[in-house]
Amino acid sequence: MSETGAHVAVEAAVRNSYGRLIAYLAARSGDVAAAEDALGDALVAALRRWPEEGVPRQPEAWLLQAARNRLIDAARHDEVRRRSEETVHRIADQARQLAESQGGFPDERLKLLFVCAHPAIDPASRTPLMLQTVLGIDAAQIASAFLVSPAAMSQRLVRAKTKIRDAGIPFRVPDPADESERISFVLDAIYSAYTAGWDRAGDAGSALYGLAAEAVALGRTLVELMPAEPEARGLLALMLHCEARRDARYSASGAFIPLDQQDTSRWQRPMIDEAEAHLRTAATENRIGRYQLEAAIQSIHAERAVRGSTDWPQIVLLYEGLLQISPGIGSEVSRAVALAKADRLPEGLAALDAIPEERIVSYQPYWAARGHLLQWLGRQESALAALTRAASLTDDPAQREYLFRRAAECQ
Amino acid sequence: MKYALLVHHTPEHFDNRNNAAALAAGRAYGEALQAAGVFVGGGGLESPRAATTVSIRDGKRQVQDGPYAESKEYLAGFGIIDVPDLDAALEWAARHPAASYASIEVRPLLGSHFSSAEKKSS
Repeated sequence: MSETGAHVAVEAAVRNSYGRLIAYLAARSGDVAAAEDALGDALVAALRRWPEEGVPRQPEAWLLQAARNRLIDAARHDEVRRRSEETVHRIADQARQLAESQGGFPDERLKLLFVCAHPAIDPASRTPLMLQTVLGIDAAQIASAFLVSPAAMSQRLVRAKTKIRDAGIPFRVPDPADESERISFVLDAIYSAYTAGWDRAGDAGSALYGLAAEAVALGRTLVELMPAEPEARGLLALMLHCEARRDARYSASGAFIPLDQQDTSRWQRPMIDEAEAHLRTAATENRIGRYQLEAAIQSIHAERAVRGSTDWPQIVLLYEGLLQISPGIGSEVSRAVALAKADRLPEGLAALDAIPEERIVSYQPYWAARGHLLQWLGRQESALAALTRAASLTDDPAQREYLFRRAAECQ
Repeated sequence: MKYALLVHHTPEHFDNRNNAAALAAGRAYGEALQAAGVFVGGGGLESPRAATTVSIRDGKRQVQDGPYAESKEYLAGFGIIDVPDLDAALEWAARHPAASYASIEVRPLLGSHFSSAEKKSS
């Protein structure tokens, strides 16, 4: 077998089971960093040996065995960890039994997701930790996606993993009593990866562009692991609806196109259908939540492709429901815009006026919404000021250009 | 794993904690820890004004009154508990009678995760 062949086989094994292998090893030792080191060495060994010996029949089991050997070595050579050697040996025995048995090894990724989004972990570290441990994305790539230096991101990840080990954060799916709050941390961490990617979706070359796709992958993993959790499906449906419109957000020349002016033939139908299917399944659980409501709003926007128009009164109702269970300035602003679109323009502006000053000083969507509403009301001078302010608060060049264009119409 | 529950009080709370209700709540909490079999040790602390600091510098013992360093919060008490993991420690910290107005720092004892790896993985 060629070296390239081995490379391809290793890559395939990593792609399919990196997160499962890390989760399996870490759930038994409580030490994510040690699990990563051990698996990293196992992968190097595979690259060396598979070209000569051929790819093993069960590549994951082979990697698991190699990783266990490395864990034993590490325990022997590390004075401090010597006391944990017995545990490591037991893990190794379990790994060997699993490798010898024909069945696969248990999937512990859900526990790993809950560890990454544990309340004792710094919220800023949760998403990067998930991306690295569950999807195997390297720290430098994550760093560029979160606009921090690779050194700073590595440090953040190391600190989080040390905390998991030293503080004794358990690898466990929370009891139902705590579950809904703990699940919301997992969902929020995945969604924050998605929104970070979404904001700069125009720049296909940026690392953030790929981040949105990775967030969808995490969302799929979560649905696979918790098929009966409606909010997991709600989150996946929300992300899929947004992903479906990714290409339609910009013209061929890169100009920003707002949602209600997008060419619906450029929306990705299969993703919309998949989102709808998840939302329907979620609804059968009869447990509404923030992500299902947000996905339902996107679902109504998606109907424009079929109906030719948007049911804005329905969107107003959904935002009102959303504000009840998950208050937030984003939903308040979106509800105001929906009111305006539903022929309730003065109410929309009143809703914007009601938001306290200190919350909107540098909140870009507020100024964009305000500018549009004032423009529709014919208050050109105030609209110009709001649109200019919105343009100065965005970091997306295409949006900035769009807002300045709208502002120019006011003069 | 063994965890220290460190109770931090503001100066105002520090001076007002010796009322009968607070003392009774503290006693009941200690009894609950013992009944659950997780109590290793601990107790409340007198004011920093009662503290004396010892250090050895250049082979000489130095004893000082204090510390009197100005601080927003003072260590008012500590408990050491032995529980399977952080979630269990956080549960106990949340039950501490001072948790509703002061803050409880939950910190693992040094190296504790190695010695109890056995329990964790079972």
